[in-house]
Amino acid sequence: MNSSELKIYTHNLELFYGDAQALKNININIDEKKVTALIGPSGCGKSTFLKTLNRMNDLIPNVKITGDVYFDGLNVYKEYDIVELRKKVGMVFQKPNPFPMSVYDNVAYGPRIHGIKSKSKLDEIVEKSLVNSALWDEVKDRLKKNALGLSGGQQQRLCIARVLAVEPEVVLMDEPTSALDPISTLKIEDLMDQLKEKYTIVIVTHNMQQAGRISDKTAFFLHGEIVEYDFTEKIFSNPTDKRTEDYITGRFG
Amino acid sequence: MAAESSVSIELKGKEKKGSVSHFMKKNKKNMGSILEKIIENIFFLCACMAILSVVTITVYIFAKGSPAIFKIGIAEFVFGMVWMPTSGVFGIFPMIVASILATLGAVVIGIVVGLFTAIFLAEIAPGWLVRIFRPAIELLAGIPSVVYGFFGLIVIVPLISEYLGGAGNSLLAGIIILAIMILPTIISISETSMRAVPPSYKEGSLALGATHIQTIFKVIVPAAKSGILAGIVLGTGRAIGETMAIILITGNTPLIPTALTDRIRTLTANIALEMGYAHGLHQEALFATGVILFIFIMILNIVLNAIVYKKVNQ
Amino acid sequence: MDTEKSKGIPKKRRGILRIKDRILQCLIWAFSFITMGVLVWILIYIISNGISHINWEFISTIYKPVNNQHGIFPMILSTLYIVLITIVIATPIGICSAIYLVEYSRPGKVLSLIRFATETLSGIPSIIYGLFGYIFFVIALHLKWSLLSGALTLSIMVLPTIIRTTEESLKSVPIAYKEGSLALGATKLTTIAKVILPCAISGILTAVILSIGRIVGETAAVYLTAGYVTRIPTSIMDSGRTLSVHLYQLAKEGISFEQSFATAAVLVVIVAIINLFATTLAKGIKKFTIGG
Repeated sequence: MNSSELKIYTHNLELFYGDAQALKNININIDEKKVTALIGPSGCGKSTFLKTLNRMNDLIPNVKITGDVYFDGLNVYKEYDIVELRKKVGMVFQKPNPFPMSVYDNVAYGPRIHGIKSKSKLDEIVEKSLVNSALWDEVKDRLKKNALGLSGGQQQRLCIARVLAVEPEVVLMDEPTSALDPISTLKIEDLMDQLKEKYTIVIVTHNMQQAGRISDKTAFFLHGEIVEYDFTEKIFSNPTDKRTEDYITGRFG
Repeated sequence: MAAESSVSIELKGKEKKGSVSHFMKKNKKNMGSILEKIIENIFFLCACMAILSVVTITVYIFAKGSPAIFKIGIAEFVFGMVWMPTSGVFGIFPMIVASILATLGAVVIGIVVGLFTAIFLAEIAPGWLVRIFRPAIELLAGIPSVVYGFFGLIVIVPLISEYLGGAGNSLLAGIIILAIMILPTIISISETSMRAVPPSYKEGSLALGATHIQTIFKVIVPAAKSGILAGIVLGTGRAIGETMAIILITGNTPLIPTALTDRIRTLTANIALEMGYAHGLHQEALFATGVILFIFIMILNIVLNAIVYKKVNQ
Repeated sequence: MDTEKSKGIPKKRRGILRIKDRILQCLIWAFSFITMGVLVWILIYIISNGISHINWEFISTIYKPVNNQHGIFPMILSTLYIVLITIVIATPIGICSAIYLVEYSRPGKVLSLIRFATETLSGIPSIIYGLFGYIFFVIALHLKWSLLSGALTLSIMVLPTIIRTTEESLKSVPIAYKEGSLALGATKLTTIAKVILPCAISGILTAVILSIGRIVGETAAVYLTAGYVTRIPTSIMDSGRTLSVHLYQLAKEGISFEQSFATAAVLVVIVAIINLFATTLAKGIKKFTIGG
């Protein structure tokens, strides 16, 4: 691993749900075109942190955020338009959430809301996105069918295609395979490997093996803090902190 | 097994508030299961009351109403332009047109205003406003239609008369009052179905960089469309079936309206207005009006249900 | 400010998108305020004009315009009778139907037929019920224009409401309760009577209250079946005039706007009370299901 461009970094980021503090003093640098994994036990704040990066926490009432998140050097909470930010920082959710419309319309949704009307342009984007999410061959004959008829794994790849169609720079993934079977999981892991050539990926996962297999760097969260953040190999082979070691060897969590 | 059955006996014993002796065990059990069967059948018979009612209503309405249609002649009755019971002329075409126009007008207004209001309640309004607004709408859904009719008579009719001329009791008055009447229905059903849209759809859309408004119109409303359509179906049914409020505000003249300020008489009004004193063929013709209305409602339900069904299955 | 925020997107494009949003947002607010305005207007108008004419005399005296008596006592009594008889007839049938549908029925032709029938009943307009009640109860069964004819007609009318609301509340009873009872060896009937019905009781009450609201508000069907005489009814075979029919007559014949306002206000107040009860009960159900 050699030097990479810095894509996202945070400075003293803290987040409160009402009076409860969910994130404490988070400082992290996320490299461009790398896969960064966030691991930790349930409720440790890793998903909450992920959502601060595209401001999805704004949807929840009573959330207070202090500190800063920088994306390409601009402050996400002060200098960025929220729509523009979410366009550049796409998100894949834990449970596949395709819209109740056709496969084609799902993928074309993003480009359409961002103002693309030309049919040929949309066709092109839809095909490219589906190819890039390794779904094209499976759905090319049923683009007009309802997306809810796809299998869970296909739905998740469709959601990835939907994100790719708006041409983001970063893709956030919140436990994208936890609701899927092992074979679909492997397909999505392969996909991530290809995607990191073009995109910066941040993934929350419960699955330690997955983090080990796919990520370049890993951050270990505990009680809303980052205990350790380093190259994945280092974290898994020779962690500095005792708590990290306890967690990855399965002593708690 | 033995333990189980003894528990069951104990329970039954408690039920009868007495003790069950052992030698009666078997007998008791049989009696119990017979009782269960009898009561199950009673439940079943009650459930069949709905079917029985529909059949009886249909049969009686048709049996009483259709002879007049044939006596008068289907074409003369349905497409006849003149309703003059005293001269024995019974044509209800103007009333059919009036019913359709009044319903259509009310439903169009109701859909536009109702849908936007439902969106407001489900997605935009702050919590405190929803807590005031929603009970108010529920209250208005329950207010007797005759009260709306009275309000129309006292307020809307004079307003129309003042600003648009004429006596005021008119098609327009009917449309306005019907629209107000069906609003609560459309709003509350649409709002409920929009709130039932999984939050993950909204999240997914926002995460793609859609604005809140785009998310509402491109994802939430389409996802809630079956509920919204159901609300519209109910509202339409209520509008076409409304009687007493309509009588108070539309002037009840059985002519085809040529302007919004013209007086109209709907099918429903025709029945209620003359039922009290009609006899002979006149009365039968009123029953026949009921038949036509009944057929209208059935067609409406079938068509709209088909639309809803198709949309849902797409 | 906006230029600073929207880095990287063509400004014009963004402007167009935002204008569309703005327009829709304005429409949403505008229509909502129209709705709210009209609804509040109606309520305040009726209540404020009516309330001053409501007094004890108005509520407690008989209606005899020739003697200058304009009370609504007979109408209140007729309304009460009709509500009572209808509820007594429709509630048991409705509850039993709901129990059958939820606990006994198996998917199939009979079930879908019952469902279809219930749907159809709720779609039939009240004037058709009135017409049917007149043909069937008043004439064919020789019940004349009477409170009983009216109540029988209304019973059919409110049946779908009772069935559906009761069904919902029966379904909301946690399955664990049922299993718990059955596992103890209780029979199905015992389980229904001792476990499921008590749990669903507030839902059933809601059904009854909603039906009362519908009965009180009904005009067309009662008008054609129970008649509109203004006497105090002495038996259920007497004809009678409900409050809604009374308002209709007063307004239709242009008898007195003061009495009309007062009667309308009484109706609104009754409906408000009924709604209050229903909402309170519904909240009770929610708490129950969440707590359970």
